[in-house]
Amino acid sequence: MPLSWALFASFLLAAAGYIVGRSRAFASAGPDVRKLHSRPTYHGYSVALTALLPALAVMAAGSILRLSGVLTVEAMPVAGVVALIAAIAGLGLGVMRIGQEYQARNVVERMVLGLLMLCSLIAIVTTAGIVLSLVFETGHFFQLYDWKTFFFGTEWTPRFQGNSQLGIVPLLWGTLYVSAIALLVAVPIGLFAAVYMSEYASRRVRGFVKPAIEVLAGIPTIVYGLFALITVGPLLRDYFAQLLGLGNSGTSVLTAGLVMGIMLIPFVSSLSDDIINAVPQSLRDGALGLGSTPSETVRQVVLPAALPGIVGAVLLAASRAIGETMIVVLGAGASAQMSLNPLEAMTTITVKIVSQLTGDSDFNSPETLVAFALGLTLFVITLALNVVALYIVRKYREQYE
Amino acid sequence: MYDINRPESAVTQKDIKIQARKVQVYYGDKHALKDVDVDILDKTVTAFIGPSGCGKSTFLRCINRMNDTIPIARVEGEILLDGEDVYDRRVDPVQLRAKVGMVFQKPNPFPKSIYDNVAYGPRIHGLARNRAELDAIVERALRGAALWNEVKDRLQEPGTGLSGGQQQRLCIARAVATSPEVLLMDEPCSALDPIATAQVEELIEELRSQFSVVIVTHSMQQAARVSQKTAFFHLGNLVEYGDTDDIFTKPKDSRTEAYISGRIG
Repeated sequence: MPLSWALFASFLLAAAGYIVGRSRAFASAGPDVRKLHSRPTYHGYSVALTALLPALAVMAAGSILRLSGVLTVEAMPVAGVVALIAAIAGLGLGVMRIGQEYQARNVVERMVLGLLMLCSLIAIVTTAGIVLSLVFETGHFFQLYDWKTFFFGTEWTPRFQGNSQLGIVPLLWGTLYVSAIALLVAVPIGLFAAVYMSEYASRRVRGFVKPAIEVLAGIPTIVYGLFALITVGPLLRDYFAQLLGLGNSGTSVLTAGLVMGIMLIPFVSSLSDDIINAVPQSLRDGALGLGSTPSETVRQVVLPAALPGIVGAVLLAASRAIGETMIVVLGAGASAQMSLNPLEAMTTITVKIVSQLTGDSDFNSPETLVAFALGLTLFVITLALNVVALYIVRKYREQYE
Repeated sequence: MYDINRPESAVTQKDIKIQARKVQVYYGDKHALKDVDVDILDKTVTAFIGPSGCGKSTFLRCINRMNDTIPIARVEGEILLDGEDVYDRRVDPVQLRAKVGMVFQKPNPFPKSIYDNVAYGPRIHGLARNRAELDAIVERALRGAALWNEVKDRLQEPGTGLSGGQQQRLCIARAVATSPEVLLMDEPCSALDPIATAQVEELIEELRSQFSVVIVTHSMQQAARVSQKTAFFHLGNLVEYGDTDDIFTKPKDSRTEAYISGRIG
């Protein structure tokens, strides 16, 4: 029996167990339901869970054993049958236990706790698994390629026939440059929009403006990319780059940065708006009562009080900017170079990860494996960013609360 | 007996700080305050008492136009501060509030250091020309609020780290630092314990020597202890206004008598 069938059957058994358990509980109570320790519904849940959980455990164990090579594919139907037997046994046990004294409510509570813990464990284990696989492949890469050249090399010229220059510095430069421009656009505009919405706008205006800004968050990044490629890029080229003599490129860091900044505005404004609204009204009253103007109140009292949250919002936007791919592909181009000129084409780490993995080259060549090293570097950067954010937030909390 | 010969009218004109005439306040359709006439004297503590929702806080917030921050509130009638209508088109609420300070029900120190809290008003109004002057203003205000000895060694620590009573005195110091002419206090002791309340009351008595204090309170004992004049509000009307002793010993209106003896409110 394939596992999917066993899974389906276990769920059916659990559903049946709920109905049987509930009616058995009613029957055992006699005329007075209050004699039961737990309400009949809890007996139903308890039977359903005692049938379902052992079956799920058997199936999970079977899958893990197969993935680690202990069991073969042929053994899977056997595992399915075992799972089903476990479900039936659990169902029987659950039904047997029903009685006036049985504390089904407490059993269900414990099982719910176990379920919640399991879910958070899955999230953590998955993250650890992703990191481990990145670390493993990165180690593989550094066996084939010198780490000093990777971290300090200023040349990025992968060749399929081998003998490539794989220095991360130009990619890192492009990533930081684009992200910095994006944040320069998004943080002031987003923050000021948030201040307007929370401090100045009437309820009616706010009810219109806030959803309108949040529409921006719903646009897929590839659409932003198209906007960058078709509208912003040529516009900047024709009206800035050529006039100022700064180049002739349709794709540029500035294009990608501007469009990415627009994409990030709703993140910054929406989060900051919530945070500013959480500042107690009594602080505003205090400042106004001392004769502050509205803008002095915002600048000197409301924003400092909201600062930890705003820093968090900005860093969240920053990690999105660093991880963004589509806008950069279409807006900034794909040429890895280091330049201060914002009107020149550059590229970022994420773009190069995509292009290294979508090529035809051998999976064990350094040209492909470099993608994992790039990914790990990116991960470490965003992790560091989050740690710094947490540190800043905590420091201000100590000072202000 | 040391009275200098002055015309009667000059005396009253000098002494009246705030003169309210036919003040009406509406919150949307609700007529929250009706026909309030009151003369608040300089260098006097005036207490507003009355049951919850009677309009005493509303009237207090009219005096420094804090009701402007509530979009649906509308004020009619006139409130004269030194003979000038505070609702006149030419009056800037920002300047008005520098002259009429306010202390709120819950201590609301800014998320800044103790020093910066007190220096806030003087800074935004440009009252100090240099650091030394600002230091002097801060020290004087903190001494005035009877807080200096407790905080002089930790002026750079956050104001939010103080105890509730200290926070409220910090807020009073913050209001005093702007050298207001009138200090409005909206139930300043309702979040404080009895010891902190006693300290604040003592402080109010001292502040009276410098300017006029208007205090809204739910505690009739407090009104009797700290004020010289008392106004009793009920259902949006100013029922009775007079010397505190008279209000509490021989009230003229039956509603006042009912309230102070605990039968309404």
